[in-house]
Amino acid sequence: MYLLKEEMMTHNKMINIVDTDIDTDSILQISNLNVYAGDHHILKNVNLRIPKNKITVLLGPSGCGKTTLLKCMNRLSDLYKELDVSGHIYIENDDILNTYKNIPSIRQKMGLLSQRPYPLPMSIYKNVAYGLKLKGIRDKNLIDYNIERHLKEVGLWDEVKDRLHNSPHSLSIGQQQRLCLARGLAVKPRIILADEPTSALDPISSKIIENLFKGLKKHYTIVLVTHVLRQAVRLADNVIFMSHGEIIEQGSPEHLFKNPQTDKLKEYMVDGN
Amino acid sequence: MNRRKIIEEKIFRILSAIATYSLIATLAFIIILIFIKGFHALSWDMVLKAPKGGYYYGGEGGVLNAIVGSLYISIGATIIATIIGVPAALYINVYLSRRKRMQNFIRYILDALWGVPSIVYGAFGFTLMLFLGMNASLLAGIITVSFLIIPIVVRTFDEVLCNIPKGLHEATLALGSTRTEMAFKIIFKQGFPGFITALLLAFGRGIGDAASVLFTAGYTDLIPIHLDEPAATLPLAIFFQLSSPIPEVRERAFAAAAILTIIILVISLTARFLSKKYSISNLK
Amino acid sequence: MLFRRIIADRVSTTWMVISISTILVLPLVIGIGLYVKAYPLLELKPFGELIGSSTWLPHEQKFGFLPFILGSLYVTLIAFCLSAPVCLLAAIFITQFSSKRFIYFMHPVIDILAGLPSVIYGVWGIIVIVPFISDYLAPLFGIKSSGYTILAGGIVLAVMCIPYILNMLIEVFNTIPSGLKEASLSLGATFWETVKHVVIKKGFPGIISAFGLGIAKAFGETMAVMMVVGNMLQTKFDLFDAGYPLPALIANNYGEMLSIPMYDSALMFAALLLFGIILLINLVFRYFIYRTKKNE
Repeated sequence: MYLLKEEMMTHNKMINIVDTDIDTDSILQISNLNVYAGDHHILKNVNLRIPKNKITVLLGPSGCGKTTLLKCMNRLSDLYKELDVSGHIYIENDDILNTYKNIPSIRQKMGLLSQRPYPLPMSIYKNVAYGLKLKGIRDKNLIDYNIERHLKEVGLWDEVKDRLHNSPHSLSIGQQQRLCLARGLAVKPRIILADEPTSALDPISSKIIENLFKGLKKHYTIVLVTHVLRQAVRLADNVIFMSHGEIIEQGSPEHLFKNPQTDKLKEYMVDGN
Repeated sequence: MNRRKIIEEKIFRILSAIATYSLIATLAFIIILIFIKGFHALSWDMVLKAPKGGYYYGGEGGVLNAIVGSLYISIGATIIATIIGVPAALYINVYLSRRKRMQNFIRYILDALWGVPSIVYGAFGFTLMLFLGMNASLLAGIITVSFLIIPIVVRTFDEVLCNIPKGLHEATLALGSTRTEMAFKIIFKQGFPGFITALLLAFGRGIGDAASVLFTAGYTDLIPIHLDEPAATLPLAIFFQLSSPIPEVRERAFAAAAILTIIILVISLTARFLSKKYSISNLK
Repeated sequence: MLFRRIIADRVSTTWMVISISTILVLPLVIGIGLYVKAYPLLELKPFGELIGSSTWLPHEQKFGFLPFILGSLYVTLIAFCLSAPVCLLAAIFITQFSSKRFIYFMHPVIDILAGLPSVIYGVWGIIVIVPFISDYLAPLFGIKSSGYTILAGGIVLAVMCIPYILNMLIEVFNTIPSGLKEASLSLGATFWETVKHVVIKKGFPGIISAFGLGIAKAFGETMAVMMVVGNMLQTKFDLFDAGYPLPALIANNYGEMLSIPMYDSALMFAALLLFGIILLINLVFRYFIYRTKKNE
């Protein structure tokens, strides 16, 4: 019912052509995803499943299409008008690429954590309240309760409770990144999409974020993009290795890193870190 | 709730589209209007002859006096502005490259000067002219317009120069060149398209400006030969002749308007084309 | 050889230093030059009386600049009210809602609008805006008007200021990182909500500065306004009546300036006033821009 011109599906394939069986353990399923930017083929026929309540790591060298894949998952690819996206992405049986559904509400199923923190230009309190208010929640007690809960969830509450109405720029960059995580969690997503979330952070802040992820996977599904092999080893339940827009190998980290099947992964494991 | 959001989004998308397209429409409207009025009046006589019997009452002749006067003034002013502006821009980017505060201060002053209206430059030029004991003349016009366009030359050129990587400076100095050699041979060469853009913009501003030459260049039917003679200019030819009661004279104003518009169109499009070409070749 | 190179270095360095010093003292020289010429008038009448009085009788040496200052303010106000919303919406459309190709198309459009000389806008105003006001707009309100009005001046001025403000707004919006927009969108905001809550808020200092500099530009614009505004002394604000802005006063009377005593001094005082006001606005908002850039 809700449809905007730019957010309209690019192809007229109708909703939910269910020709792939959807298994209940995976929350997100991608089939035949192709992305072009002009003549450049960024993602080449990508098929994959993201298991529920696990940390899935998208690993690969810079420029291999990991970030583009992540942005397709919550339709931020709409922002880049030069991209031509085709294929299917199912989230709990909704094909989000070809849908008449409300795109903002689809995006609320996912929280995004980007390469460096982008606190919105408002106070710490309003940053977390932003998503709640967009959902139409006006009850102040409910908002306060949620802000406290999610700031506690990311371990930021004790650090900021006295300065909730200050600008987030007074926080350290690691704290800002956790604030962004709390802000994402406040809209009650099912999936957390994290695009190299520790690349701008110091090792200690990175460690905190990594530990948070380990705890959060009980309630959320996490898709983490990284090019750091060691981070993948530390966190992953499931590794997807990409190169040049294609999925080269996937599987559990123990399996994958002990016996890499392809030369590309072997090379990456030697040079990559 | 959701419905309100959708309607709000739609309204603002439409409004902003209307605002943008109305700009395009306004531009098209102005240019088409000037061209229709002007081409009707344009003829070889118009371009190749000076007015006869006085620019205000005499119906015959064309606007050659204004075309030549305008070209003299804007070319002369552009040359002066280049002689002063280019070394200044190079100085900011070569000699002051380690002194950020000084750089910012100079840019700040230049930006503010850019914002000073041309009528003030005109009044100042007039004061200067009286002080030096000059009459309204080609030279006074050139000097006044060059004041007006110096900030444009410096800042436009500077915008390009400040994007040249600092590594290039060090590499050139390491090869044993003096700072001057670096400034003129390397930095100037790197920024050459910016230099051309700066010249074009300055020339365009100079040729189109009326308020600065109003006091200083005077107005005459004759084609100026010496620097101390008064000179007509295109913008003033439009301004003076448009208010004439005689239709033929008004035709001359429209012809001058069309000529001026064509000049500005060519300059704007060339400058944009050059800067685009430049930005593409320097993207990586 | 080396000697020649060193000499060349010396000479050109001197040349550079001379040029840059010339430019830096230029505002001072302009200010002093105009002040010297305006001094006789300032000696005759106190500053407050000059800008506060509305009697303008040059032959009796009565110089009250209030009508001109008000005239400038009125046209600037109208121009600002008309151009600001258009600029804001167009800048949002160009930077947020449109494709790269459209932006490439818009660049030359804005360039040409900015590059057209002000007399061309004046011609357009005389041919289109003035008759439109006298034949259609004024009769609509039951008013007789010649068309040469404050409103006509304001409209022409608005069109002239749009490319200038728009360019600055586009620059402001382009510096807002796309990650910020992505963050807002991923929290479930629509495009417009993102613009409203994030883009405009983040760019707010820049937007204010662009508007401020636009006002300064409008305040000093001469030819186009003078051609359509009617140039009659007036202190009250009436859209369908003529006005007489400060720059038009200077431009209109330069011919007789030397024939009436003190008149040249009065016109130079007007120029000084204009210079002072506009330089001040420019310096304040440029400083504001500079500070916000530094903070990021």
